[in-house]
Amino acid sequence: MSQEAVNGVPSRGKVLTMDNMNPNLKRIEYAVRGVLVQRAMQIEKELNEGVKKPFKEVIKANIGDAHAMGQKPITFFRQVLALCMYPELLDDNMFPEDAKKRARRILKACGGQSIGAYSASQGIECIRQDVAHYIERRDGGIPSNPDNIYLSTGASDAIVTMLKLLVCGEGRDRTGVMISIPQYPLYSATLAELGAVQISYYLDEENCWSLDVKELRRALNAARQHCNPRVLCIINPGNPTGQVQSRQCIEDVIRFAKEEHLFLMADEVYQDNVYAEGCKFHSFKKVLFEMGPEYSSTMEMASFHSTSKCYMGECGFRGGYMEVINLDPEVKFQLTKLVSVRLCPPVPGQALLDLVVNPPQPSEPSYATFMKERTAVLAALAEKARLTEETFNTVPGITCNPVQGAMYTFPRITLPQKAIDKAKVCSTHANHHNLLTCLDHFMSKCICPQEEGQVPDMYYCIRLLEEEGICLVPGSGFGQRKGTFHFRMTILPPTEKLKVVLQKIRDFHLRFTQEFS
Amino acid sequence: MSVLQQISPNVRNTKPSECTVLLRRSSQIKEELRRGVRRAYEKVIDVYWGDSHQTGVKPLSFVRQVLAACVYPELINSDKLPVDVKQRAQSLLRECARGSVGSCTAAAGVPEIVHRISEFIMKRDGGAPSYPENIYISPGSQWSLMNILKVLVNSEASPRTGVLTPVPCYPVTNLSITALGAVVVPYYLSEGQGQGWQLQVHELHQALESAKETCNPTALYVINPGNPSGHIQRRKSIQEVIQFASEKRLFLLADEVYQDCIHGEKSEFVSYKRVLAEMGPPFSDTVELASFHSVSKGIMGECGLRSGYVELVNVDPAVMKHIHILFSKDGCAPVLGQIALDLMMNPPQPGDPSHPLYHMETQHIRTTWVHNVKRVCEVINSLPGFCCQPTEGGSFLLPRLYLPPKAIQKAQEVGMQPDMFYCVKLLEEAGVLVSPGCEYGQKPGTHYIRFCITTPEDIREEFLKRLTSFHVQFMKDFS
Repeated sequence: MSQEAVNGVPSRGKVLTMDNMNPNLKRIEYAVRGVLVQRAMQIEKELNEGVKKPFKEVIKANIGDAHAMGQKPITFFRQVLALCMYPELLDDNMFPEDAKKRARRILKACGGQSIGAYSASQGIECIRQDVAHYIERRDGGIPSNPDNIYLSTGASDAIVTMLKLLVCGEGRDRTGVMISIPQYPLYSATLAELGAVQISYYLDEENCWSLDVKELRRALNAARQHCNPRVLCIINPGNPTGQVQSRQCIEDVIRFAKEEHLFLMADEVYQDNVYAEGCKFHSFKKVLFEMGPEYSSTMEMASFHSTSKCYMGECGFRGGYMEVINLDPEVKFQLTKLVSVRLCPPVPGQALLDLVVNPPQPSEPSYATFMKERTAVLAALAEKARLTEETFNTVPGITCNPVQGAMYTFPRITLPQKAIDKAKVCSTHANHHNLLTCLDHFMSKCICPQEEGQVPDMYYCIRLLEEEGICLVPGSGFGQRKGTFHFRMTILPPTEKLKVVLQKIRDFHLRFTQEFS
Repeated sequence: MSVLQQISPNVRNTKPSECTVLLRRSSQIKEELRRGVRRAYEKVIDVYWGDSHQTGVKPLSFVRQVLAACVYPELINSDKLPVDVKQRAQSLLRECARGSVGSCTAAAGVPEIVHRISEFIMKRDGGAPSYPENIYISPGSQWSLMNILKVLVNSEASPRTGVLTPVPCYPVTNLSITALGAVVVPYYLSEGQGQGWQLQVHELHQALESAKETCNPTALYVINPGNPSGHIQRRKSIQEVIQFASEKRLFLLADEVYQDCIHGEKSEFVSYKRVLAEMGPPFSDTVELASFHSVSKGIMGECGLRSGYVELVNVDPAVMKHIHILFSKDGCAPVLGQIALDLMMNPPQPGDPSHPLYHMETQHIRTTWVHNVKRVCEVINSLPGFCCQPTEGGSFLLPRLYLPPKAIQKAQEVGMQPDMFYCVKLLEEAGVLVSPGCEYGQKPGTHYIRFCITTPEDIREEFLKRLTSFHVQFMKDFS
């Protein structure tokens, strides 16, 4: 087979073409790993090959990947997982007793005592029980039923499964799903894939990205004209905005969802990442139950958590779960069917989740080190959150809300009109697929004729990448109010490096503004 | 009224597994035994799944040592592990961002691992080129199959997309197809006398013919080696299927996860990709193919790590871009699984410190399975009303039951398929869990059971003992 053949001959003659492929998939965008990231990887390769650039390394501040930015894994977790991987090590005195105890317990629950055996589709039972206990402790004793816990391949898998279950109907009856602007683009991508109607509600940038029920109501009422709104998604702490919802706000959202008969999806993967004074994580489930049986016995909800964030940052393990509340048994049956298609979630990820919900206790040998490591990670993140907000707010043309939680900052950038004009992309669709061919145009400072899809913040980010080797994600990847521009940057690089990055962005922004003045 | 009364009809319409009741009962019995309830047996022999670890086969030492060292790199600096294990772990960690298996990887997988997969494929296929940019690692092969199906299936199209799948067939694939709103178009495999199962092209034609009115057939799914059938397609058969797919304009989906499970003495696995390449143009340049492989089967048996890959051939580059976005949105496959895939394709070589043990372990596993097939077939074929065709590959046997009319009648009375009825009784009375043929599809009036034969020797013997005694009694009771 020729290279050309393997890469595809002209469309004529092909069974699968752009014309007959699933049309919904053509609408999917996922900027977090989009074209800009591919360009960043290409630049990295060039640097490795010795090509000279204005910078020595590419800093990938686009993805919430803590370990890739130097965060260290939690020792205890890795010890237990190593023991699970190679149980012969259980005889070795290199590992503490409490790690061995956990490993033995996990292995006993695995088929053939191997972490390589399939588990039940819903996840290993004793781990689901541990997750339920964790939720109970976290939520002040409110009961959690292990049967309502579904382990998953990261939280994303569970989120997508739930949406698959919920999206139905045709035309005006098509399911509408409410999601914030800005949002983590897994939601918009999945809604596009499923052909669901996205109902966007705007977070209030002037007020620390808070959620106002009036805005929910506005969005919902407008949506009722053309779809059947059934789901409300909320990310708390927020991504990309980092806001931590107040308890009052959560109550208001629950009340709203009940009034409007909406299924609530609460994405709480950043629940341990709370930094700002006066902010606290309140789980939707806890608030729901504290609102009394009128709500807690009827409100249908799913909450999501993951091992990828918080202080563990173990993205590569793909551990996660969802807890479903008040699901109709018939619907649960359907959910169980859907989940079986995945066979089972990765067992090492399930094991890791078990450790996250069942960490060392004060009486155990590993406790001191564990707490030290956990505290250090969260303290560093809190400091970096503060530093980021402070630094960006000194830059004319950048305004940055406090990073109350999560792992990102989403500052607003003011772009000179000339820059906005310059950034006209000669692309036939807004998802930047032809971007790489247009990079030449950008670099040679020519002006392309205007087509659809003005992406000035993408242009800003391309320039930043090419000139400083810093990879961010443009705000257009997350959604933003028309006429405003943002970027999302992670606060994950080690403090000293972060200072350098912030400095470079500051300098770039000033240069950029000057260039287009 | 529940807000969820209305759920996706695609999900609602997927047939639940026939075996939900059987599996639930098995869990109950296992739990009872754990608590000390007395039964005629102390342990359930669970050969339902194609899961060798679960039946007691040990993981490969080299694989687990490398994985442990990758998870806890302090092991690399210790003296606990062989030198080549430490070196391999070190080199793999260099390929992970900041040396951590907890970091995300590129959407398609660690680039160096993906590259080595393409090299493995080239070597396997006698040099036919394989390009890393056409390979995606995913959490298990079914995950990438689902993604490819998503691209192929337009759930709103009328007529609906049709996908040809074999009978008997691995049920998860059929479930995935219907969950997407597409239509399963069954084609029957033929059970030859004493020759095992075969794929005959006239059955493909027949299936396509029958689908004409009901859907728009777009893809053809084959499993080779077969599950549950255990047959391995000869080159000629693969060529015929490729020609058929080309002629009828079908996208070929080749599920080859059992390619490492070959136990027939003279059997040889040859991949669809290789045959396609060897057929030369125009086929090699035009037939669109997706091939799937996994670490779940074979000597690795690492089902729980969830790792597999798809290689795409001759797919339109514009469509490839969208496939890339689909995989990107999913996040990367679990890193430990990606590493396991790499270790599967790059095992210890003669001369490496770990090679002797590796060789011993893998030889032991393979010879046990060859013996398992021989011995189990022999025993089953000696029993009345029971017939086991020779298989050449795969993880299962699918013997046919010739049930007495009284048994069939009794099954009808209790509202079960006859082979399900047999399986339920086998579980209750003998503590053996197998799956019924009705789970996989079969010709009406025929009955089968499927069970895993990638087990340790002692489990095999205990299984045979219980099965024989149960079967003889069953046939007697219903004569």
